[in-house]
Amino acid sequence: MRLSTRKLLDKSFTFCAVMAVVVLTAFLIFVLAPIFVRGCGAYVFRGTVEYRRMMLDQFGRGDEVALAREIALAQTARQPVYSAVTAFEAELKQMPAARRREMRPLFKVVREGLELLLGPEPGKPLPTLPRMLYGQTRWDGARRHLKHVLYEVQWDYSDDDDGVRVLAPRKPFFAGTALEPIFDLLENDLDRMLNPRLTFYGRFLTDKSVDAHFFGGIGPEVMGTIYLALTAMLIAVPLGVVAAIYFQEYAEGGAVMTFLRSCVNTLAGVPSIVFGLFGLAFFINTIKVSQGKSVLAGALTLALLVLPTVIRASEEAIAAVPRAYKEGALALGAGQWRTVLTIILPAALPGILTGVVISMGRAAGETAPIIFTAAVSVGKLSRPLKMLFRDTPALSWNLYNICTEHEAVDRIRHVQYGMALTLVVLVLALNLVAILIRARVSKRLKG
Amino acid sequence: MDAELNLVDNEAHVRAEEFSVFYGEHEAVRRINMSIPAKQVSAIIGPSGCGKSTFLRAINRMNDLIPGCHARGRLIFDRRNIYGNDIDVAVLRGCIGMVFQKPNPFPKSIYDNVAYGPRLHGSYRKSDLDMIVEESLTKAALWDEVKDRLNKNALGLSGGQAQRLCLARALAVKPEILLMDEPTSALDPKATARIEELIVELRGSYTIAIVTHNMQQATRVSDVTAFFYEGDLVEFGKTDQLFTRPVEKRTEDYITGRFG
Ligand SMILES: Nc1ncnc2c1ncn2[C@@H]1O[C@H](COP(=O)(O)OP(=O)(O)OP(=O)(O)O)[C@@H](O)[C@H]1O
Ligand SMILES: [Mg+2]
Repeated sequence: MRLSTRKLLDKSFTFCAVMAVVVLTAFLIFVLAPIFVRGCGAYVFRGTVEYRRMMLDQFGRGDEVALAREIALAQTARQPVYSAVTAFEAELKQMPAARRREMRPLFKVVREGLELLLGPEPGKPLPTLPRMLYGQTRWDGARRHLKHVLYEVQWDYSDDDDGVRVLAPRKPFFAGTALEPIFDLLENDLDRMLNPRLTFYGRFLTDKSVDAHFFGGIGPEVMGTIYLALTAMLIAVPLGVVAAIYFQEYAEGGAVMTFLRSCVNTLAGVPSIVFGLFGLAFFINTIKVSQGKSVLAGALTLALLVLPTVIRASEEAIAAVPRAYKEGALALGAGQWRTVLTIILPAALPGILTGVVISMGRAAGETAPIIFTAAVSVGKLSRPLKMLFRDTPALSWNLYNICTEHEAVDRIRHVQYGMALTLVVLVLALNLVAILIRARVSKRLKG
Repeated sequence: MDAELNLVDNEAHVRAEEFSVFYGEHEAVRRINMSIPAKQVSAIIGPSGCGKSTFLRAINRMNDLIPGCHARGRLIFDRRNIYGNDIDVAVLRGCIGMVFQKPNPFPKSIYDNVAYGPRLHGSYRKSDLDMIVEESLTKAALWDEVKDRLNKNALGLSGGQAQRLCLARALAVKPEILLMDEPTSALDPKATARIEELIVELRGSYTIAIVTHNMQQATRVSDVTAFFYEGDLVEFGKTDQLFTRPVEKRTEDYITGRFG
């Protein structure tokens, strides 16, 4: 090959490699960055006076006296709005019937918008659903919501078949009425009415949710995920490690072993939804480990899913233990089990642990296997042993659930992102642990 | 051929009678007759692949680990056939210690390395164990170097120290016989000299069989020498005799460096 050709080839290879890294980095940034930034929004945000009111009512947290003062201030700021509403109501009654019919639905929309924004009007009977007891608890939600009150979404089809979304101000509809001033009031004074303050809600991680994730945190989901993953590992690790020891130290080849091995490898390639269905059919319907979904059934299914990974990682770790260690132990008169327990396993432990921790991350993140075997959208926490036979919420499945089946998907975006972030961080943290273990191994092997 | 030494019977610690070792069909050690004398150092020499290691590893049955490896004939130790059915291999290996070519300390603390054997064969009190560890390390001339870091990982030792640790580890089980397969081939001359000194010191208390490629080493440390060639025991005799007046032509050729 000519030198110039070789140089060209070299250069293009380098270019490809650099491009690959760039694309990879871009992917990471575009995928992880939004999850991170928006996920943090569940923990750190500007909470309004409504948020503090809700926290005091629902969780008994906060300073009652200071809050009372804050509410009074907010009430003062809101008063002109409510006065305008009352005045307009009276005005509406005086109107000619035709105009009234025209105004009433528009007024209703504004009024409902106001309730969503600021909470129930003072003096009216309190609704029962917690979500209707409070206005916008988060400033970003309030800003978004304000737009719905101030503008009406319309579609302009004048020059485009698909139509163009336009925001039409509502104010002109009410020009000249008593309601007109509230639009300016809201636009200019909203922060006094809601008093947003930078809030750190660390207990999002541990709090139970209130009214289907409208308020509160993701505690049950986090705990459920941990329970599921831990129980799954408790089942998969002893089984997998013993199987790996057998494959590596005892099995003498032969057709049966080859068959078993390839079975394990095939297991690794089975789609996770199949595991889910199998779990339902076998663990719940056939051997009936529990009545219906339970942590145990889910953990068994997850254990089955990660078993090949655990076995393979353990086998590799055991195979990597120098033969000389084993010979040394045997030459001192150790039996085979003794050698495995005192020499081979300790030397292979870091490698095994790495595999275990990575599998645990996998078990924590899997959704499909627990759909039919363990996960429910709302659940209570109870004592661990009792928990074993109960269904449970879990991050992965509930994330899917509140993103698709929740009745107000777009009002709880922060919870969705918070959940996603928490799950990602959980799995990353587990992987980090694996990396740390790896690092310790190589240090230990160097002596 | 008969390479039997003129030994009174109870002087022989291990005696091979028509002893063969096979790897599958391949007979790596062929119908050997020899006696390893008690409390002396026996050297086994011979060109590469002649079956020295195979024979040595047969004595503590380390060959059991190799699939397809089996023995024929008799190998007598303590009036019993090492390959007999009534032998408990773990106990046998407790009586016959081994030091390998490459130092192979366990990835544990120095203390745990030495205490590993005793812990296998009985339960000791901590103070007894401490004593055994000190005694074994002292015998292996390692005590002074490591007494302040007994709890440090043994993988941090130098090659020579590690090999002496392996020796101490083998001694801690209180064996009667020590098998050494080229114990110094991975070491520098200084460390080699230390090990040789140790072998000379241990002579008289232990029966030692050592495989070596180094003729000088054989002459320096051993009382008797066996010369293996292609699985056969060609000549076996007092070391000074074998190296000065070999009976066999092949022995002479080998020790004078004409082949191997
Ligand atoms: N595990 C094994 N499987 C099959 N054959 C083997 C095995 N180990 C050794 N052999 C064969 O047995 C013969 C003797 O080998 P052995 O290792 O005893 O030689 P050695 O004298 O120790 O050589 P060296 O001086 O190189 O260590 C050789 O022909 C070798 O190829
Ligand atoms: Mg050898």
